[in-house]
Amino acid sequence: MTGKPAPIIEARDVVKSFGHTPALRGATIAVAPGEILAVMGPSGSGKSTLLHCLAGILAPDEGEVWFGGSRLDTLPEGKRSDLRRARFGFVFQFGQLVPELTAEENVALPLLLGGVRRGPALAEARPWFGRLGLDGLEGRRSGELSGGQAQRVALARGLVTRPEVLFADEPTGSLDSMSGELVMRLLTAAVREQGTTVILVTHEARVAAYAGREVVVRDGTVGSLTEVSQ
Amino acid sequence: MLSGMSVPLTLLGLLEREPSHGYELKRDYDAFFGRGKPVSFGQVYGTLSRLARDGKAIAGPAEHGEGPERRRYVITEQGASDVDKWLAEPAEPELHLQSVLFAKVVLALMLDRPAARYLDMQRAAHLKRMRELTEQVQNGGVLDTVLADYGLYHMEADLRWIDHTAARLDMIAKAVHG
Repeated sequence: MTGKPAPIIEARDVVKSFGHTPALRGATIAVAPGEILAVMGPSGSGKSTLLHCLAGILAPDEGEVWFGGSRLDTLPEGKRSDLRRARFGFVFQFGQLVPELTAEENVALPLLLGGVRRGPALAEARPWFGRLGLDGLEGRRSGELSGGQAQRVALARGLVTRPEVLFADEPTGSLDSMSGELVMRLLTAAVREQGTTVILVTHEARVAAYAGREVVVRDGTVGSLTEVSQ
Repeated sequence: MLSGMSVPLTLLGLLEREPSHGYELKRDYDAFFGRGKPVSFGQVYGTLSRLARDGKAIAGPAEHGEGPERRRYVITEQGASDVDKWLAEPAEPELHLQSVLFAKVVLALMLDRPAARYLDMQRAAHLKRMRELTEQVQNGGVLDTVLADYGLYHMEADLRWIDHTAARLDMIAKAVHG
């Protein structure tokens, strides 16, 4: 025994192709509970595909994905979808807020989709505006928010269900350096407080430096820089 | 102490802010520029003597009180002009680290050593240091953050060079082996 905690989420020899183009060629990775892991790598290396396989958005062609001690990849899509909504959170490069909804409704959306009634869902969403420096913006729609504000709303939406794992795909990729830094500071503070595990895909070293550990995806396989350096 | 910075000119700058005793200069220097590596009293007093000798500062009369004798230093017009000139001049862009990394990559390829592995190790070392600096950014005061950011942006630039170089090692190897 190594004394390491059992991983909360894990990919074992995952292979995934799109048509004849292989994206993952046997990717293996294990993430400990509460860990913030940066997944780095050049464009087209397969890092986003790995994130999508871990999150159960994509089903691997070969290999296994485990979450909380159970197989995730063999679940039918309906079950995977339920699990994503209940236990995972997501933040993408472009906030992908629903433009017809207010910021507050956007944050409450995962709760509403999970069957929570409107009143309690909005009540749960509201404190996030103070926590993420968004006070007074609750009633705005995405078109009335700056890029940095919209991304913080998206972060609140990703965390409002208190997910066990937050998947963040280039969460600062569309932001200037000041807004990006603010998003990363708020993200790390919030997930540490909640004990959320984070899988953070980024090509920016300054963003990866907020993580406790980083791995590099190259040509569809995962390499650990930390192991190399020891 | 910040690398490559001029202690005499920085002390002169502090003197331009207000006439000061040596111990006040040391205190302010350490607070703003020392960043965990304080300047020694010997260096402060030695520098002040030279500045006075060169006409850039004037030592006031000895003040007798408890403890050792003290003098208050005042900047001269010539000293203020030096500070002004220094602030207006761009610093020499430093290329030191890049040249070390460059030499290691070329030599590794020349000697058929694993250059890709060397670059991976360097990348890991850079990221480790960047994590430490990021902790400083998250937990430090404004000046700590500004200084840590300076380091972070430089290391990020190195990392971009490392990634770019790693992607074309084959091409570099051909050039090295002629």
